[in-house]
Amino acid sequence: MRFIFKTRYDQDINLFPHGGAVFWYSLLAVTLLSVPLIVTPFYVGELSFLFIWSLAGLSLMVLTGYTGLISIGHAAFLGIGAYVHAYLVRHGVPFIPAILCGGFAAAAAGLVIGIPAIRMRGLYLAIATLAFSAIAEEVFVRWETLTGGSRGVPVPKPQFLGIEIDNEIGFYYLCLAILVLCILGIVNLLRAPTGRAWIAIRDSEIAAQSMGVNLAGYKALAFAVSAFLAGIAGGLFAHKVGYLTPDIFTPILSIQLLMLVMVGGVGSIHGAIFGAIFLVLLPTVISIARDYLPAAIGQQPALEPGIYGLILVLVVLLEPLGLNGLWLKIKFFFSQFPMYKSATFKRQKTYMRTERLQ
Amino acid sequence: MTILRAQDLAINFGGIKAVDGITFDVNKGEIFTIIGPNGAGKTTIFNLISRIYQATSGKLVFDGDDITHMPPHRIAGRGIARTFQNVELFEHATLLQNLLLGQHAHRKTRPWEEVLFLPRVRVAEREIRRRVEEIIDFLDLQHYRDVVVQHLPYGVRKVIEVARALCTQPKLILLDEPSSGLNVEETEDLSFWIRDIRDDLGITVVMVEHDLALVNDVSDRVMAVNYGRLIATGTPADVQNHPDVIKAYLGG
Repeated sequence: MRFIFKTRYDQDINLFPHGGAVFWYSLLAVTLLSVPLIVTPFYVGELSFLFIWSLAGLSLMVLTGYTGLISIGHAAFLGIGAYVHAYLVRHGVPFIPAILCGGFAAAAAGLVIGIPAIRMRGLYLAIATLAFSAIAEEVFVRWETLTGGSRGVPVPKPQFLGIEIDNEIGFYYLCLAILVLCILGIVNLLRAPTGRAWIAIRDSEIAAQSMGVNLAGYKALAFAVSAFLAGIAGGLFAHKVGYLTPDIFTPILSIQLLMLVMVGGVGSIHGAIFGAIFLVLLPTVISIARDYLPAAIGQQPALEPGIYGLILVLVVLLEPLGLNGLWLKIKFFFSQFPMYKSATFKRQKTYMRTERLQ
Repeated sequence: MTILRAQDLAINFGGIKAVDGITFDVNKGEIFTIIGPNGAGKTTIFNLISRIYQATSGKLVFDGDDITHMPPHRIAGRGIARTFQNVELFEHATLLQNLLLGQHAHRKTRPWEEVLFLPRVRVAEREIRRRVEEIIDFLDLQHYRDVVVQHLPYGVRKVIEVARALCTQPKLILLDEPSSGLNVEETEDLSFWIRDIRDDLGITVVMVEHDLALVNDVSDRVMAVNYGRLIATGTPADVQNHPDVIKAYLGG
C-alpha cells in the first residue's frame, strides 16, 4: 500500500502526484518511443490511427466529459480542420502553420455554434450540434474549391521542417508528439481555474455562477478549445487517410466519438485514450467475429452499428465510468491488497436532486 | 453602517407577486435572519440579492454600489457569497476542488497562461491553496480534504457549502436554511460557526432559517415576511411576539 504524506501544496499542483506515477509514465513513454523499432509498419500505422482517435476523443472529453455539454456534431469540426489543413498544405503552406490554421478554423466554427448553443442544454444542444454537423456535411459537398466536392481531394504527405514524412514511422512520431502536447495543455488547464470552472459548470451551473463563473464565457471557451483539438485531429487524419471525401465526416463519426467518450469514461483523460483503444480494436474484433458467427448474424451489414449500440447500453447500465472506472477499480484493488473490501465500489443511490437553472 | 440595502424590492412570476415591495437594511457586522412560513418569498429574496432573478422593480445597494443590474457572475467578486437550500456542490469533485472553485472570482491567470502552466500560474495556485487551507482549518474539514463530495454525509456537505462560500472571501454571506437536515449536535456547531464567521472573519451574515432556537441564539435582528411582504423587523424576541407574525404562523 502507498501512503502519500502531503507536506507541500505543490504536491497537489504537480503533474504527477508521486514518484510511482513518474516511473510508470516514463515507462510508457519509453515503450511508445521504441514501438516503431519493434513492430511491423502496419501496426505502426494502426497506432498512429489510435493517437488521432485519442486526440479526437480528448477534444470531445473537454466538452462533454468536463463541461457537461453534449455534442453530436464533432465530425464537422474534424472535417473543417481536415479540409482547411489539406487546402493549405496543397498550396505549399508548411505543416505546423497549416495544422494550426485548421485548428483555429475549427475553433472559430466551434464558437459560431457554441455561442447560440450556450442557451441550450442536454437534448436540445445535442440536436443543435447534430444539425450543425448536417449543414457542415452539405457545405463540404458544395464548396468545391476547398473540398473538391463529392469527388474529394488528395492530401499530400506532411512536410516537416523541409523534410517530407513519407513513411509510417515518421508519421507515428508526429502524431505521438502532437497528442502528448495537446494532453499536456489540457491537463494544465484542468489543474488551473479554467478547468475547475468547466467541472463546476458540469456539476451545478447555479452554484458555479454564484461562485463567479461566467457561464457563457466558459462554455464558449470549452466549445472553442474542443473544436480546436478536433481540428488538429482532423488535420492529422487527412494525412493518415490520404484522400478526403465528404462521406467521412458524417454524424455516424460524431456518434462514434461520443461512444468513445462514454465507453472510455466520462470526465477523465485516461478515458479518452481507453475509449480510442476500444474504438480502434472493435472493428477488427467484429470482422474476426463475423467468421465465427452463424451466417444469418455474421453477414448482417448492420452488425457493427448494432454492436456499438449494445455496448453503449451495457456501459451506461453496468459501468457508468466506463473503462477508466474499471481501470481505477483494478488499480485500487492492487494498491489496497490484501485489504480490499468488495463493498468499496458499491454504487449508492443519491436522492438529493435540486432545482437547477433552466 | 449599512452594507446591504434593499429598496422596494419586487418580483412577479406571471401574476404571482413572490416578493412585493420589501425594504430592509442589513448593517455591517450583524447577523440578520429572515423568517417566514413556507412560500413566503425568503429564498426568492436571496435569489434576487445574488442576481439569479432579475427584480421587476426596486433597487439593491451593496457596499455603496448599485447591484440591481450587475451580472450574476460578478456578485461573488463584489463580495456576496451564498449557500443553497438544497446543497449545490460539485458532486464529482473532491472537497478541495470544490473549495478551490470558491476562489474563482479572485483568479489572476488567463486561460492561455494556464495551458502552458507558466511559473506565475503555479505561484497563483499556491496562493489560492493557502487561502483555501485557512478555511479548511477554520471549519475543521481537514479529514475530508481529498474525498469526493458525493460520498460524504449530508451534514458534512452542508458545512462544505459554507466553506466554499467563505472561500470567495466575501463581505456578506447568504445562508439559505443552513440547519435544514442537520441533527441537534450539528446545529449547535453551526451556531458557533455562524458567530465565528462574523466575529473572527468579520463577515456580515444574512440567513433564512426555520429553527427558532438557532435564530434566537445567533441573530442580532430578525425580519419576518409573508406573502412576499414584510411583516416585522426587530430583535428576535420582538418579532416573535409581534401579533402579525403570530397570525402568519398560526393563522387567524
